[in-house]
Amino acid sequence: MKLTLKVWRQKNNADKGGFVSYPIDGISKDMSFLEMMDVLNEQLTEKGEDPVHFDHDCREGICGMCSLHINGKPHGPQQTTTCQLHMRSFSDGETITIEPWRAKAFPVVKDLVVDRSAFDRIIQAGGYVSVNTGGVPDANEIPIPKKIADEAFDAATCIGCGACVAACKNASAMLFTSAKISQLAMLPQGQVERKDRAEKMIAQMDAEGFGACTNTGACAAECPKGISLTNIARMNREYFTAAVTTENV
Amino acid sequence: MSWVTKTLNSTLGRKLLMALTGLFLILFLVVHLAGNLQLLIPDNGESFNIYAETMANNPFIRVVSIGNFAFILIHIIYAAVLSRQNKSARPVNYATSKASTNSTWSSRNMGILGTVILIFLIIHLRGFWYEFKFGEMPTAEYGGMIYKDGFKIVSEAYSNILYVVIYVVSMGFLAFHLSHGFASAFQTLGLNHAKYSPLIQKIGTGFSILIPALFALIPIVMYIQSL
Repeated sequence: MKLTLKVWRQKNNADKGGFVSYPIDGISKDMSFLEMMDVLNEQLTEKGEDPVHFDHDCREGICGMCSLHINGKPHGPQQTTTCQLHMRSFSDGETITIEPWRAKAFPVVKDLVVDRSAFDRIIQAGGYVSVNTGGVPDANEIPIPKKIADEAFDAATCIGCGACVAACKNASAMLFTSAKISQLAMLPQGQVERKDRAEKMIAQMDAEGFGACTNTGACAAECPKGISLTNIARMNREYFTAAVTTENV
Repeated sequence: MSWVTKTLNSTLGRKLLMALTGLFLILFLVVHLAGNLQLLIPDNGESFNIYAETMANNPFIRVVSIGNFAFILIHIIYAAVLSRQNKSARPVNYATSKASTNSTWSSRNMGILGTVILIFLIIHLRGFWYEFKFGEMPTAEYGGMIYKDGFKIVSEAYSNILYVVIYVVSMGFLAFHLSHGFASAFQTLGLNHAKYSPLIQKIGTGFSILIPALFALIPIVMYIQSL
């Protein structure tokens, strides 16, 4: 395959940045998108140019490290992570536009790398359960209905890649935050900190500068893990319930 | 900050206010339409004028109408506040975007749709509400009682094709606004469940077609009658 890559290059956060076009040849349809980027970077390195910086880690679709806004969609044309996207999704001779996630809360570090630690701070604000030390608890000690366990697990499959923020016209982090609130709100272990968690995580989400939700559904449509909008509705219930029932006045 | 202001100033709280005021305005549309449809009763405006007078003198309706104006204002103010907040959440835009593949046009353009409706609302309130309340109104007599002849004002306005076009087009914008807003309000309230969400979606779609269509029917019919 012969392609033209229109890549966003930006030296650092203070730099204004801009697109640079790179022609690339000899790309196999079986390559993953990131392997194609590796080929580009090898060529750039050989020429003595600065390679394109992008985030990646496991390349198995489970770590949430890869990002990239490809041809107008987060993670590109398929509903997968970028590492699981293959070049067969593109046609020969195509121009592919590659941009970083765009959000005030995700500042560009360099080129296509953005700082997603705002997500970590939302988790730190309350996305955990307190666990006592001591002996290992017996298996199945806490009964949880299968349906609830499955639903909590579905929410827990969120890998925090930030595609929801990237897809949302408001750069809102509601899908991410709601998945993290939901996975614990549905389980017995999450009950102790339940109200506190909703209030603190949402306060942190707002403090990070993410936008509000317009219920367009773009986040769920682009989420590589298929996190659904029911989680946002649940988060809203959790938050409003917490607001009127919590002991913190 | 008290817990009330803290909650209502959060992104979720602001959305809650949008949803609650939006749902009230949806209810208002139904009541307003029920009244307006009486314009089509062929009695030269008698039922409409008597109904308008009864509504204007009903203390309960008067309180509700003050609330209605307040809710419209809250809906507008918070829409502006949220739009600004949402814009600032993405200071640099994408060069390419395929948003149409993941969301509906109306859901992404509620602000634009709402702004057009606001402009319509100003024209509408100036033309009718202000005239009814403060203008010099013609009168009509039914059964020995004197009534303001609102019907005459309305039928005169609707004999003007420009006015009719503005009304019909505006109802189109309202339809698109409702097509997203109706179901969206329930989602914001946290009411999303496999049991009833499909029904809310269907009612929302039906509502967004039926109500604006009936509103638009009135100026069209009255224009034809005026010919």
